[in-house]
Amino acid sequence: MSDLNELYQETILEHNKNPRNFREIEDADKKALGNNPLCGDALQVYLKLDGDIVKDVAFKGSGCAISKASASMMTQTVKGKTRDEVQILFDEFHKMVTGELNAETDENHLGKLKIFAGVLEFPARVKCASLSWHTLSAALQGDDSVSTE
Amino acid sequence: MKAAKEMTWDVEKVRKDFPVLSQTVNGKPLVYLDNGASSQVPKSVIDRTSKYLSEEHSNIHRGVHYLSQHATTAYEAAREKVKRFINAREAAECIFVRGTTEGINLVARSYGKKFINAGDEIIVSAMEHHSNIIPWQQIAEERGATLRVIPMNGRGELIIDEYENLLSERTRVVAVAHVSNSLGTVNPLKEMIATAHKYGVPVCVDAAQSVPHFPVDVQDLDADFFAFSGHKMFAPTGSGIVYGKREWLDQMPPYQTGGGMIRSVSFAKTTFAPIPEKFEAGTPAIAAGIGLGAAIDYINSIDFSEAAAYERELLEYATARLADIPGVEIIGTAAHKASVLSFTIENVHPHDIGTILDQQGIAVRAGHHCAQPVMEHFCVPATARASFAFYNTRAEVDKLADAVQKVIEVFA
Repeated sequence: MSDLNELYQETILEHNKNPRNFREIEDADKKALGNNPLCGDALQVYLKLDGDIVKDVAFKGSGCAISKASASMMTQTVKGKTRDEVQILFDEFHKMVTGELNAETDENHLGKLKIFAGVLEFPARVKCASLSWHTLSAALQGDDSVSTE
Repeated sequence: MKAAKEMTWDVEKVRKDFPVLSQTVNGKPLVYLDNGASSQVPKSVIDRTSKYLSEEHSNIHRGVHYLSQHATTAYEAAREKVKRFINAREAAECIFVRGTTEGINLVARSYGKKFINAGDEIIVSAMEHHSNIIPWQQIAEERGATLRVIPMNGRGELIIDEYENLLSERTRVVAVAHVSNSLGTVNPLKEMIATAHKYGVPVCVDAAQSVPHFPVDVQDLDADFFAFSGHKMFAPTGSGIVYGKREWLDQMPPYQTGGGMIRSVSFAKTTFAPIPEKFEAGTPAIAAGIGLGAAIDYINSIDFSEAAAYERELLEYATARLADIPGVEIIGTAAHKASVLSFTIENVHPHDIGTILDQQGIAVRAGHHCAQPVMEHFCVPATARASFAFYNTRAEVDKLADAVQKVIEVFA
């Protein structure tokens, strides 16, 4: 069960239960819909920008605990960051969950997001953890939909 | 009554026939409850396939040499076994395909090209797998026909009165599952086919989830087309059958063209071989086809009716065990079900259920089961699905129930 505990950590379960920024932004500057056709997860990411800075970010949708918690913690992390900083976080997160970056030993800015390193042991769940990030990235780039398939 | 049945079905003996079942997964004995996606393969099928590859392999219907004739004989013997297994009138009505999906695509493309025109209607059911929706939707779009849908009730049963109302002189085909892959509902197929035939309408059956679970007789059902997959009935992947009545198949154009399906070819004109070759362009999955024959031999070596009865009891037991757990909802509660137990747990996404069960060595499917309209009907994004075979045990059901309890604890 040690593997399982690593995936379903207390923080992840708590964010799943009480996701932060789980709402629509009606006057969003940018938004995108992310789909994971494999499991039917669908989430919408909303962005409000102030020049280059993420002024507000939120999400809605249905998904598993991993995708929901990841989206929740992502919104907390990127709020107030510049586009470039968000891009760096996205790259680092993506590398961490695909095993290209060791969050403990390699230099990174992931902070609390390191908790998702555990999905590496669960290949079927990597897409769940990264769905919100792909969707955020699509929204920033002006694409209105993205699929992890 | 119950005890007597259990005694006649020796599940422990049957389990020994399936090598894969004896392994451990994540440190726990494998509990394989994903038979609806793909069933496991008995040793006799593995051995037969291996023997073909080691000693008999060659292309079929091609050479005059020893191996080619040997392979052809073995492949055609498998077709003959299929014929007897589903009680087709002749082996030529049993066309080898990759699986159910290709079988239905074959029927939709070929029958559709010949018989479906603008203004016509195609009837499908609300519980179909995507593979019995999209091929028909595509042909409907191309030909200017309309897709009509037989609705279902809250238990996941088709509303047969509504079905009768949908049939008309515009209907060209009815496409329906024998057993629903996401709900387990066994449809009243024989009656539905008889009703369609009153309008002169042929019926294309997705039999992927029925053939592995109880004996079928295509003549008794009077099915016009009947498609199923080898890999869901203890054979290797890449083998499947679409049965079609000769009177339809003879009238239908080829699905794919190329080698092995012609009578004569010139640059001016090609004439096609008779069935089944007309629908079997190119070199098929010979090893898988011979494996399908061996899987039928295996099924014939057990008491299949007894196996079906055992499975029914197992499903009833599993349903009762899971329904007893607060927070668990069974999706699909039809009066007549087979093999499939779909469920949700309050406030837990099925994907999370699947991962936690996997850590206990239990394999289930989590997702929309390629039946998104069914998920929509029940207002769920996905379900977890346990699907049984005759080699599963009550002890495995108990492990499933315990693991579901564990999921609830993790997410409490």
